[in-house]
Amino acid sequence: MTTDNFEPKILAFCCKYCAYAAADLAGSMRLSYPSNVKVIQVPCTGRVDITYLLRAIEDGADGVYVAGCLEGECHFLAGNLRTKKRVKYVKKVLADLKIEPERVEMFNLSSAMGPRFAEIANEMTDRIKKLGPSPIKNNDQCKEVKHDCSR
Amino acid sequence: MIVADEKSLPEILDMIKDCNHILVLGCKGCVTVCNVGGLKEVQILASALRIGRKKDGRIVKVDEEILERQCDPEYVAQIKDRVQNYDGVVSLACGVGPQFLSEAYPDQHFFPAVNTKFFGGAVAHGIWEERCAGCGNCIIHNFDGLCPIARCSKSLMNGPCGGSSNGKCEIDKEILCIWDSIVRKKMASGQLNDLLKVMPIKDWRTARDGGPRKRIKEDLTK
Ligand code: SF4
Ligand code: SF4
Repeated sequence: MTTDNFEPKILAFCCKYCAYAAADLAGSMRLSYPSNVKVIQVPCTGRVDITYLLRAIEDGADGVYVAGCLEGECHFLAGNLRTKKRVKYVKKVLADLKIEPERVEMFNLSSAMGPRFAEIANEMTDRIKKLGPSPIKNNDQCKEVKHDCSR
Repeated sequence: MIVADEKSLPEILDMIKDCNHILVLGCKGCVTVCNVGGLKEVQILASALRIGRKKDGRIVKVDEEILERQCDPEYVAQIKDRVQNYDGVVSLACGVGPQFLSEAYPDQHFFPAVNTKFFGGAVAHGIWEERCAGCGNCIIHNFDGLCPIARCSKSLMNGPCGGSSNGKCEIDKEILCIWDSIVRKKMASGQLNDLLKVMPIKDWRTARDGGPRKRIKEDLTK
């Protein structure tokens, strides 16, 4: 696959209280962000498990990120700090598998930071475009096996 | 509990390199409590292995399952009807698990996915420490409940060596000198004289030195 016209698939787990609200704000401010980013709302980033991030990569996402409240401002006290460590763990898993750890990231912002939401989406899209498609997706043999290769 | 640690992914991927269909098998015992071999870790490892193999262009089908314990034949027997469906089984139990499995299913390959480390407990969330070395003849009542066999780097039983410094062991500044703790505890309770008693030479035959061990509780045997 050439990377010239590569449009990455990026998943963003966004906390209801900050990043998701910031996305709403970005919308009302008429700020645009790349359609590459698909947003999933979570009640707190602490809800985002290591397996969610891994499954996203496994199922073909080129990049995944978690966007939570500013540190110290989590509505559930420490959800964002816990997930920061989980993101770090997933980065290590990817590095061990010789996959760029930058494909996974954690961001922090407040609900008032609409422009920052758009900026993060742009930043992540640019980053993944530079990295190119996920190495696990472009897998010819994947089509040849009889069983369901997505699991 | 038995405390274990994760093995590296490249090492596990190398073990299963000839397999196309594997079972990742967790254990609900100690390894669940020390967060290395429970259901969540089964899911994480299974996903990581699929990613690793997809990246190399060699798909592996991974099933995920967890047993109540892998160190009891009746639980090991629960996978009897399907264990032969796999090219290999990756066990997330302590070293006992893959051995019980290998004994029960001699025709199957079992791979250990954790490194079994010690008998210990969690001193804080996510931090485990060694407390017992399974010497087979517990003597910690002599040391106010602190074990110099497992917790002194040299297993000294009659006081600290010359390397004890500011409460830390000479082998590593992060490691507590348990003899420093024992002496301080005795001093605080005014029982320092207890330590004048010379501990007899320990009979290490009750420990690993006596060869593989066995326990028989007659009233339970058939
Ligand atoms: S004395 Fe022996 S059995 Fe008792 S805690 Fe120490 S190593 Fe374990
Ligand atoms: S410094 Fe303390 S813990 Fe370390 S070997 Fe000496 S007596 Fe044992």
